[in-house]
Amino acid sequence: MVKPEVYKELGLTDLEYQRIEKLVGRDPSPTELAMFSVEWSEHCGYSRSRSLLKRLPRKGKYPILVGEDAGGIIVDDLAVVFKMESHNHPSQVEPKQGAATGVGGIIRDIFTTGARPIASLNSLRFGPLKEPFNRYIFSGVIDGIQSYGNCIGVPTVAGEIYFEDAYAGNCLVNAMSIGVCKKSEIARARACGEGNIIIYVGSRTGRDGIGGCSVLASAEFCEGEEKRPTVQIGDPFTEKCLIEATLEALKTGHVVGIKDMGAAGLTCATSEMALAGESGMEVDLSKVPLREEGMEPFEIMMSESQERELVCVKKGKEKEIIDIFKKWGLQAVAIGTVTSDKVLRIRYKGELVVDTKPEDLAKAPIYDLPTKEPGYVKDIRKLDYQSISVPKDLNDALLKLLSSPNIANKSYVYEQYDHMVQTNTAVLPGSDATVLRLKGTGKGIAATTDCNGRYCYVNPHIGAMTAIAEAARNLACVGAEPAGVTDCLNFGNPDKPERYWEFKGCMEGIIEACQSLKIPVVSGNVSFYNESPRGPIYPTPTIGMVGVINDMKHISSAPFKNEGDAIILLGENTSEIGSSEYLKVIHNQVKGDVPSLDLKKEKAVQSVCLEAVQRGLVNSAHDCSDGGLAVTLSECCISGEKTIGAEIKLDSNIRSDALLFGEGQSRIILSCSPANQQKIETLAKKRKVPFKVIGKVGGDCLKINDLINLPIDSVYSSWKSAIPRLMGLI
Amino acid sequence: MKTGILVFPGSNCDMDCYHVIKDVLGQKTEYIWHGDKKLDHFDALILPGGFSYGDYLRTGAIARFSPVMDSVIEFADSGKLVIGICNGFQILLESGLLPGAMLRNRDLHFICRYVDLKVENEKTPFTSKLKKGRVLRIPIAHNEGNYFADDETLRKLKNNNQIIFRYCSNPNGSLEDIAGICNERGNVLGMMPHPERCSEALLGSDDGRLIFESMIDWVKKNG
Repeated sequence: MVKPEVYKELGLTDLEYQRIEKLVGRDPSPTELAMFSVEWSEHCGYSRSRSLLKRLPRKGKYPILVGEDAGGIIVDDLAVVFKMESHNHPSQVEPKQGAATGVGGIIRDIFTTGARPIASLNSLRFGPLKEPFNRYIFSGVIDGIQSYGNCIGVPTVAGEIYFEDAYAGNCLVNAMSIGVCKKSEIARARACGEGNIIIYVGSRTGRDGIGGCSVLASAEFCEGEEKRPTVQIGDPFTEKCLIEATLEALKTGHVVGIKDMGAAGLTCATSEMALAGESGMEVDLSKVPLREEGMEPFEIMMSESQERELVCVKKGKEKEIIDIFKKWGLQAVAIGTVTSDKVLRIRYKGELVVDTKPEDLAKAPIYDLPTKEPGYVKDIRKLDYQSISVPKDLNDALLKLLSSPNIANKSYVYEQYDHMVQTNTAVLPGSDATVLRLKGTGKGIAATTDCNGRYCYVNPHIGAMTAIAEAARNLACVGAEPAGVTDCLNFGNPDKPERYWEFKGCMEGIIEACQSLKIPVVSGNVSFYNESPRGPIYPTPTIGMVGVINDMKHISSAPFKNEGDAIILLGENTSEIGSSEYLKVIHNQVKGDVPSLDLKKEKAVQSVCLEAVQRGLVNSAHDCSDGGLAVTLSECCISGEKTIGAEIKLDSNIRSDALLFGEGQSRIILSCSPANQQKIETLAKKRKVPFKVIGKVGGDCLKINDLINLPIDSVYSSWKSAIPRLMGLI
Repeated sequence: MKTGILVFPGSNCDMDCYHVIKDVLGQKTEYIWHGDKKLDHFDALILPGGFSYGDYLRTGAIARFSPVMDSVIEFADSGKLVIGICNGFQILLESGLLPGAMLRNRDLHFICRYVDLKVENEKTPFTSKLKKGRVLRIPIAHNEGNYFADDETLRKLKNNNQIIFRYCSNPNGSLEDIAGICNERGNVLGMMPHPERCSEALLGSDDGRLIFESMIDWVKKNG
């Protein structure tokens, strides 16, 4: 009988242990118990989220591809594979390595499908930069992403960063990767064909990261704990060689299946590959290359050492494959064979340490957890508009908003990332979405990440819908048709009914929005237990979205381009100011329900914008979101190579602060040559989308009615210098 | 122009250079693995950017010991064209084909962005299609691009017109805004900015292409 303290330390409950005992039919061996604990952790088994994940829509315009490790869409004869994954807990414990290995892990998920990684994105959340510890986490994470991403030669092209108190004790690092290959070249993560050879490749196995997913990622942060040994260390040079060697090996046609050894390492790779191939496996752990002597079998099976993968190769072809990895200076050792009896047998120095069925390891219990609306919700959604006074100096309010780190220019961050390597980046970071050409096709893709955690905190359902709507709107602005979603679901402790209520609300929002906009969810990841002694994070279901551009000749970006161009507002201004950046920054309040969202109207606005870009009618397009219309117009003036002014006349009786800074949804700012104005209006009329010419590009001031009148230089410098100033660089 | 593009483990701009020389400019192009030795059949060599051997030591310090480097030095000594871009420039410095050294950027950060680059010498095989004083819009992407040389070396570089490119606005602290230099003979160029990243209008600039076209032109006339 295994002692309760042993399995509890591995993160298993009494009931879960009993279930394991029943499945195995005896006391599990220490190695088996360790394997169950990682496979049944939320990170691998999705016990607490699966019932809702099953309901995510899977259908869209483009055929989708749901693989073992990542999903994607099919565009003509190409597979575009993408996935986002969290590395929050490791990054909070050791920011640089935590973030670096987050990037490395997600990229391995992509290239083990046979797709060459062509872009990375990341969605980050930190506590406010005024606290030195948050600055340490922030700069450490950036350093981790740049050092790993730049070295492996995959451009980091887009993302988002928010700073809120709710993330001060638990940062979020969500890394996304996109890869492309021929549809016919997609690799599977499976082991099958009796007698085929199982090869271990990549770095040696060490004691780092043991329990990374079961212990570190499956509990809240508590005071004074030492969790550093559970964080892995990244080696980007090995990863770069692994990318090239893997893609070269897959080209031979001798590889039956391949899987990254990420979370839960060898445990996950052996059992899940055997399960996917409906086979068994015989493995000799003594053959695994180790970094140090005296490692126990359970440590070898649980290690999360980075830059490793498991490959199933046709019998007789193993030397050819091993030689490819050796050419790239990598370890490659045959450690086992495929069997037909659907049992995983693992030996160590002759002794049988594991004798279990992969299907049992996959039988993580599914929990349907109770929900309860948190106490804060009713109160926070109430907002007495009369109690909010309109600022006397609206110019000053706009400059303050532009220098809020959530809105301010992020070039301090993205200029540390190589965002141009591979020479596909046609719209650089800083616009609504990045645009990547697909060489040799005339086509391209666009990608973005999006989530307003504050909205999801106040109203999980609409907040999550808005994340989907806004991501799709971002894509429409660059001229891409939204085609697929990967979601990275960051929440607090699901065993608390209030946190699970937030999770459920957000999930239902994603499901509703994806169904309505007809965008499938192709992959994703769940990260629970994002809580610290400072409380839970804002519920943050980060949306990564990829869109398709059929003709690279017609793409667009946010900045105004030409003097004299007409400025157009698609959509309607509203008086909503609830949950806005304006209320937070100027009035120091997180209050009021989030802006309403009508998905039909949203779709219509996006369609008009997309069509206008695709027909080459617009010179710029920018989504209206954080900070409202005034911030959006400012960004159009200052985010290009050269700044340019604009003069705006808004005809409205909405109170001035709501008109300038309210975050009403479903609005896009376009600019076009006056000759195209009429054509865009016709498009808008056809879809019954409100259309208004609100001004003209030109001059060196931003003027909005008699409310805003600022020299464009001061608009630019408030926005551009805010983050470097907070980091103490200027 | 038959071009060889060196591939060290960790090179990551090799495919970008290949794409420009072969697909954009239509020249014969081959990859050269770091263990290879035979280079005589090429007219020009490109040492591409990236992180050769991870650059875990000083940048380019391990790559210079690659088996292929002896042949690269012979190739350069024979007067044929060698261009090192970014990490390739760093390797040329480490191997002694070009003088000076690279320090970390002034702000101690990796910098990736477009910069303006001034042509200082049009009379080289790499700049014949450019005019002195012309400003190129071209991306940089490096952590160690802060060029340094002692006074004596700098004096020689100036006297021999070996400074080929200068930054219009110094992004990394490099000595006298130096962005690219050549050897005394003029057939070996090292530059930190990436011409292969701006050789197609779709990417925002095609100024870089003029450098490769100059090389093609030179090979046609002298090859």
